[in-house]
Amino acid sequence: MGDKSAKIAVLSGKGGSGKTMVSVNLAFLSGESVYIDCDVEDPNGHLFFNPDGVSKEAVTVMIPVVDESLCNGCRKCVDFCKFDALAFIKNRPHVFENICHSCGGCALLCPEKAIWEKDKVIGEVQSGVSHDVIVSTGIMNIGETSGVPIVKHLLNKNVPKDLPVFMDCPPGSSCIVMENIRDADFCILVAEPTVFGVHNLSMVYDLVRLFAKPYGVVLNKCLFGKNPAEEFCIEKNIPILGRIPFDPELGALNSDAKIAARESERFRELFGSLLETVMSAHG
Amino acid sequence: MKIAIPVDEKRPESSVCLSFGRAPYFLFYDTTTKETYYLDNSAIENPSGAGIKAAQIIVDHGAQALLTPRCGQNAQEVLLRSEVLVYQSILGTVKENMDAFEAGELTLLSDFDSGAGRDGR
Repeated sequence: MGDKSAKIAVLSGKGGSGKTMVSVNLAFLSGESVYIDCDVEDPNGHLFFNPDGVSKEAVTVMIPVVDESLCNGCRKCVDFCKFDALAFIKNRPHVFENICHSCGGCALLCPEKAIWEKDKVIGEVQSGVSHDVIVSTGIMNIGETSGVPIVKHLLNKNVPKDLPVFMDCPPGSSCIVMENIRDADFCILVAEPTVFGVHNLSMVYDLVRLFAKPYGVVLNKCLFGKNPAEEFCIEKNIPILGRIPFDPELGALNSDAKIAARESERFRELFGSLLETVMSAHG
Repeated sequence: MKIAIPVDEKRPESSVCLSFGRAPYFLFYDTTTKETYYLDNSAIENPSGAGIKAAQIIVDHGAQALLTPRCGQNAQEVLLRSEVLVYQSILGTVKENMDAFEAGELTLLSDFDSGAGRDGR
């Protein structure tokens, strides 16, 4: 067995491939552990754990505010903004808060010091306990541009150093996923046995290699016959950590937000052996 | 009066582009001098904020009216605050729209989309 305090990122190129199922079951079987739902657009891991004693904390970002009496209409801020979150209207900058990425550049650049920054709430993090598992959840408000600040908050905030941490990551390979990978000791890539699944797997595969992180693939929804995701792993020499069958019972438990490893001996063994493989693979 | 139209091609027979923020070109037409010119839309590749940038281009070029089939709320805010009138374009060519505008046959756009362009990921 490897280091017990590992940070494990559970990733996939696409939604619905089984990240939450894998991370929830692994955290449950680890006993004392931390489960962090970083899929801030649609966090659902808490439904499986139903944590008690949930505390909430708002997450804020800085948004520019223009003092029109100080502004000389030089337009430097508008021309600088790479996100076009500022428009130049009647000789004054106008802020579109929902487009702003909070880089702070406009305020830094303003020669008249006419731009200051205010806090804007973009979501919250919730933290509670379910048996031995500390359950943290990031929730982004609808319409917000980026969940990265929420993930940063989740990962910087009092994560116990001596416990295994399972990060249930957002789908895809964008900035927010990179934020997760950056912090991870090991990456689990969950893949579906479809051509589309392979396409998405290959994007996350490129990403974990870019970050030079140790990784392995979990083949989910395995059927008899050809598995394009497995073929991809063999071709690229990617370690296969485990295989989860395409199983109606597992699907039903999962869609009822039940932790399969808690409900059935069969799945306890399945995820238990996966956990062992992951823990020895990273260490 | 200077008007702007999002267009698919740089010619009067072109169709009006169905998207404002991500139209490939804008046509500018001065109803007084009858002068026209086309401009590449630099907002087309924007991952987000394309509507705002496109509206900014329209404003910066001094257009007082925009003829478009659709327009988002962010672009609407830029245009309306800059006192640019937004008209609903009609089916047909760019030329037919220019003629309809000059004949006073176009109505102001009433529905502005909230959906597109809200997401930079």
